[in-house]
Amino acid sequence: MSVSTVEDQAAVNTVDASLGQQNTSSATSARLSHLQLLEAESIQIFREVAAEFQKPVMLYSIGKDSSVMLRLAQKAFYPGPIPFPLLHVDTGYKFHEMIEFRDNLTRELGLDLKVWRNEQALLDGANPVALGTQRCCGLLKTTALLDGLRAHGYDAAFGGARRDEEKSRAKERIFSFRDKAGQWDPKNQRPEVWNLYNARISPGESIRVFPLSNWTELDVWHYIYTENIPIVPLYFAKERRMIVRGDSLIPVEQSFVKSLPGEEQWVRSRLRSLGCSPCTGAIRSDADTIPKIIAELVGFRSSERANRVIDHDTDGSMEIKKREGYF
Amino acid sequence: MAILEINDEEQETVNTQNDGEGDALAVDAEFAIDEFLHAEQAKDLLRFSTAGSVDDGKSTLIGRLLYDSRNVYEDQVRAVTGVATSSTGSTNSGIDFALLTDGLRAEREQGITIDVAYRYFSTQRRKFIIADTPGHEQYTRNMATGASTADLAIILIDARKGILTQSKRHAFISSLLGIRHIVAAVNKMDLVGYSEEVYRGIESDLRELVGRSFAAANGDVGGGPTHGQVLAMDGAPGFGGELTVIPVSALEGDNVVDRSVNMPWYDGPTLLEHLENVPVGVTDSTVAFRLPVQRVIRPDQNYRGFAGQIAAGVIRKGDEIVALPSGLRSRVASITTFDGDLDEARAPMSIALTLEDERDISRGDVIVAPEGQPHHATAIEAAVVWFDGTRLETHKPYLLKHGPQTVSARVTQVLYRNNIETLEHEAVPSLGMNDVGAVEVHVVRPLFFDAYAENRATGNFILIDPATNATVAAGMIRRGISGEAWKTKHKPALVFVPEERADAVELALLGDDVPVVRTKVKTPRVLQALLAAGVVVLIEGLAVVEEEHAIDAMELTEEALLERLRS
Repeated sequence: MSVSTVEDQAAVNTVDASLGQQNTSSATSARLSHLQLLEAESIQIFREVAAEFQKPVMLYSIGKDSSVMLRLAQKAFYPGPIPFPLLHVDTGYKFHEMIEFRDNLTRELGLDLKVWRNEQALLDGANPVALGTQRCCGLLKTTALLDGLRAHGYDAAFGGARRDEEKSRAKERIFSFRDKAGQWDPKNQRPEVWNLYNARISPGESIRVFPLSNWTELDVWHYIYTENIPIVPLYFAKERRMIVRGDSLIPVEQSFVKSLPGEEQWVRSRLRSLGCSPCTGAIRSDADTIPKIIAELVGFRSSERANRVIDHDTDGSMEIKKREGYF
Repeated sequence: MAILEINDEEQETVNTQNDGEGDALAVDAEFAIDEFLHAEQAKDLLRFSTAGSVDDGKSTLIGRLLYDSRNVYEDQVRAVTGVATSSTGSTNSGIDFALLTDGLRAEREQGITIDVAYRYFSTQRRKFIIADTPGHEQYTRNMATGASTADLAIILIDARKGILTQSKRHAFISSLLGIRHIVAAVNKMDLVGYSEEVYRGIESDLRELVGRSFAAANGDVGGGPTHGQVLAMDGAPGFGGELTVIPVSALEGDNVVDRSVNMPWYDGPTLLEHLENVPVGVTDSTVAFRLPVQRVIRPDQNYRGFAGQIAAGVIRKGDEIVALPSGLRSRVASITTFDGDLDEARAPMSIALTLEDERDISRGDVIVAPEGQPHHATAIEAAVVWFDGTRLETHKPYLLKHGPQTVSARVTQVLYRNNIETLEHEAVPSLGMNDVGAVEVHVVRPLFFDAYAENRATGNFILIDPATNATVAAGMIRRGISGEAWKTKHKPALVFVPEERADAVELALLGDDVPVVRTKVKTPRVLQALLAAGVVVLIEGLAVVEEEHAIDAMELTEEALLERLRS
């Protein structure tokens, strides 16, 4: 297919179509851009949750989506403060730059940050090399998340997941009901029409709320750019120490990730999404500004999660994790 | 990643201009991305729904749309290329387009699409959100979910089969949910030899069907065949819309993104061209400013902001407003946002307003323009789609959520059910899962609303079963029901009177225009139904029913009883 052909045909078609649509130009000037529409939708969701739930919390993962979510929450309640705390589920294997960024940002903005770790599992030596990625995620992410939510008695938890990330997420509601065990039943989701969200739950049940559901990865970057939102420096390219193994770049951070002779190299690289250091692959990149990251992104030919080691375990592994209670 | 092309093009330009000069190339690449971001910023958004089953080739059509407009990532293509058992049998070019979009494991195993799946793609002109919904009868509710936020609906027709029940259902649900732009993609044209005759026959059937669907969505029974593109546009309030019919082959790619060479007789737009050119953001609403208040923001004594998403119209600093239900007036002192105060804001922006006067306004109230205020009523007629496995029960308490307001409600009457096949009205006592019909709903506090056909955001509601917390129905308000005045004068009650005084009490109440019913039946369901209808029930004998509405009139004079009923 040739792009120019489509363009030419579309132009011809516009002329045809315009015959019947003389009065659209005045309304066009009042039109909101897609980012304005997405922002308005997300803010409405934040305000509904704050009004309808007893004890909401925002899951804060430190990544770019969380950064956008945080800005939208600030906007939703401005000039008041964000009326709920942030919860970071810390696996203990996050990059140290992430933790520094988190602590600086929450201090500057005066946010109420809670951190939850599965200390017992960490004491028992849980790590992805010893347990495999699935069991490790199960203990340090899913169990920790469910325990953290239960311990604080949160009845609604915002997450930064987007429907364009992965196929099972494409079916997730904006208000996603979780039973008493925190689990998701994809076959029995509440119908969700217009922007009328059903926030009613019984004791012990909860709702996961995804205000960024309709944002794409490009929308998120574009918003970070236009809003000048601070993000973790790991997203920007620089010379980093990496284990180079086949096509994978594994950041050198945790001692239990062993390298073979010659594998450790300085590579100009960056992270496309942030996770745990042993399980998040880096990419070779020169993108050290947000426009360059976007330029790289629009030229990208593989989807965002492809460099997440964890998703390769089994086909449909995200759906299994989600059913168990993961985001 | 439709933007791939732009990037490729830009790279090409850059390369030509900067042959062999690496540094200049980097600078120009940066300039190019600025231009790209600028273009990206200007894009608008079209939300559309699709419905159909695997048999119609719906997933194949969407897969083709994404693939041909370069919105599919390479790793996603790799994951579905050369799959041994394909759910659709599509083996063309080794890519099973359907598998690009079929999400959940259960669905892949059963080869059907169960739930609404949302997809995102963009072209140089526009961003798109697809609500991809299943076509089977048992998933009507999912179809309604997808249609509720859509500006446009694509109805898929198998050219070999013509219009099936499922196509009718989708056309009807789409019109009912207020979608103005209907596109019928007549698919599998390759399997009918790209025959214009077959296509013209289906096209004519479709015009008739869509005309009838819009009529039925407005509450009319029939409606004859419609000619031309504009349907039911006259005579507001009511739904109107536009039908565009396009012959395609999703499998072969004809008229999806690329123009077909096999159908020279078709001179209309391809599917993507149409999606790129349909007007959006042109508000369908005909009503004035509405701000349903979601939250009062009050960080300190000096600031009180009424926050919400504008549901219709425009507001400017200094404008006069009316707060409902109080009816108190004031003027807009400021339109607050994180990015600074605005002079003007419009639907659907999320903002906060401060007022010049201190007004007691809380969540669920609505701030409106003084001219062109919404209707209000405690009883409404509405079209509903029933979602739940448990059937509708008249007079059972439900919760009705309308904007940020939730009120206790009872469905007093099912007016009819629509036969999806014929669109005719059927007299039924109740509605079950996936039924579509019209009902009368009574609420305990007045609703301030617009007809759904006039403004979606203030004309819609959901019903929630407070016992199970399930969302049991979606409703679209048609009108308020008049003659409600007397109901606010006296509250419904169960009045127990000694047998010998029953006649006298009845006469006294009727003399004061109180609607009275005398009964000896003490079945709780019957009594509940009568109370919900707003009447005073006279029961002869001792007070035996434990109920909040029960009044023991044994010791009360007629005057004292009337006093209590008015309080």
